[in-house]
Amino acid sequence: MDCRITLSQINPTLGNLTKNLELHVAEIEAAKSAGSQLVLFPELSLSGYFLKDQTSEIALRLDSPLLKGLAEQSRKISIAAGFVERSPEGRLYNSIGFFEDGALLHVHRKVHLVTYGMFDEQREFAAGDRFVAFESKLGRFGFLICEDLWHVSSAYPYFLADVDLLLVHSCAPGRDVAKNDDGELGSQRVWQTLLAAQALTTQTWVVWTNRVGWEDGIFFSGGSRVVDPFGRTFAMIEGLEPGRLDVHLTSRDMERARLMTPLRRDAKPWLLEQSLARHRTQD
Amino acid sequence: MDRPGLSLAIDTALVERLLVQFLREEIHSAGFTRAVLGVSGGIDSAVVAALAARALGANNVLGVLLPYRESTPQSEIDGILLCDTLGIRRDKVDISAMADGYISLAPKMDRLRRGNVLARCRMIVLYDRAASDKALVMGTSNKTELLLGYTTQFGDSASALNPIGDLYKNQVYQLARHLKMPEALVTKAPSADLFAGQTDESELGFTYEAVDRLLYLMVDERYSEDDLLRAGFELAFVRKIVARIASTQFKRVPPIIAKLSQRTVNQDFRYLRDWGR
Repeated sequence: MDCRITLSQINPTLGNLTKNLELHVAEIEAAKSAGSQLVLFPELSLSGYFLKDQTSEIALRLDSPLLKGLAEQSRKISIAAGFVERSPEGRLYNSIGFFEDGALLHVHRKVHLVTYGMFDEQREFAAGDRFVAFESKLGRFGFLICEDLWHVSSAYPYFLADVDLLLVHSCAPGRDVAKNDDGELGSQRVWQTLLAAQALTTQTWVVWTNRVGWEDGIFFSGGSRVVDPFGRTFAMIEGLEPGRLDVHLTSRDMERARLMTPLRRDAKPWLLEQSLARHRTQD
Repeated sequence: MDRPGLSLAIDTALVERLLVQFLREEIHSAGFTRAVLGVSGGIDSAVVAALAARALGANNVLGVLLPYRESTPQSEIDGILLCDTLGIRRDKVDISAMADGYISLAPKMDRLRRGNVLARCRMIVLYDRAASDKALVMGTSNKTELLLGYTTQFGDSASALNPIGDLYKNQVYQLARHLKMPEALVTKAPSADLFAGQTDESELGFTYEAVDRLLYLMVDERYSEDDLLRAGFELAFVRKIVARIASTQFKRVPPIIAKLSQRTVNQDFRYLRDWGR
């Protein structure tokens, strides 16, 4: 893999698909001008996050004109963007689509919906049921949406599938303003730890785009960043404002990490079988 | 033609039973035995007063007439008729002095601002009377008004509890007839009486009959725009109402609080008002 990527840290307008598509197009143009081959938008980037009863009103079928319009934009740059997907059965999913060469190449539906604290996603969405790596012309990728990253079982299938990088996006609200040494929000430090842990244990590039802006008193804290296969922050967007980050990532860093510590070679996924047998049903 | 079930008709006897129980149980569990409301001479406050009289006993309900010097005298006459028909206690506070005390400081105040000032003066009086009377303030906004945002925030929309907030105007009338409200109140044109000659329907620009049916199909029955057009509504009307509902959402929710901590009031600090009772 040798890939130039733009992280597009935007502030979508709640429920306004047309306006958000325009914002995407402008960001895509900027990413193309920067020489990027792929642009990653935040979770539900086309719709906004706390949709409540708007969820079904702005849901998109995969063959909808709006998504086709976005796909059209992907002829010279690949695009990963979030939206509410309406399945043929009428179920709603929190989905991320990968658009390439004018077509929708892959969709991941958020598996781990958040329903606690300020979140109520199980009320709005059906849950996805798989983590499937996909082959882009740029490399082999795996998608994770926000809470997916918190569960250790999410990135592992991608690790086993030998992905080149994990594409993670979220609408992570900022919280916890307790004074601390590094001057970061408590919630941002948690994300940094999570991203670094996944990068370190999968020895894979982790690219994370988080959104910014406020929705009814809750702010999304940005801080989009790239963590290298050693678990170190490679680059990030500072501050809580909209912004873009252009990075150039290659597989060479992964190879070096795995040469020093061959975790993939030594993985023993079959050991899971015995453990999983005891957890066939929900526990 | 409506499909079976697609109708605003309510079982008025059942609704009466539920709302009487609602007022009695929620007021008592809050540690109160009395309720107070502003009596406008209109149908909404009449229905709330009648329900409260049944729930708490007429003696435990205080109706406050809140005329302003430009209010129609008929409003007061109808308000008195209501209170005396129900046998509830009544009081009158002329808000002219308090309202004009402020209005005179702002000579360029337009009709809308003035209407809001009057509504908020009435709120001040009602909350103070509630304190002196050890009572709770009952709201009298119906579902049509709430959805259209045809209320003054922190004015007539302010209350401790509202028995008719989930009834469309049409349904309030059904309940009023069931409760045998005085004919004069049932037949007169609805008005906020914030300025001379005002009627709700002329100010809103559409009839309650039309908008109630639209709101019912859209909100309760989840009709899409296409469904509503097929049901015979005009696109411009539908869009106007949709825009109006969305633009007045701020009136229907508590003030938004900037979340900073792990646990924030109204975000993830979540308890019912009935908490701890």
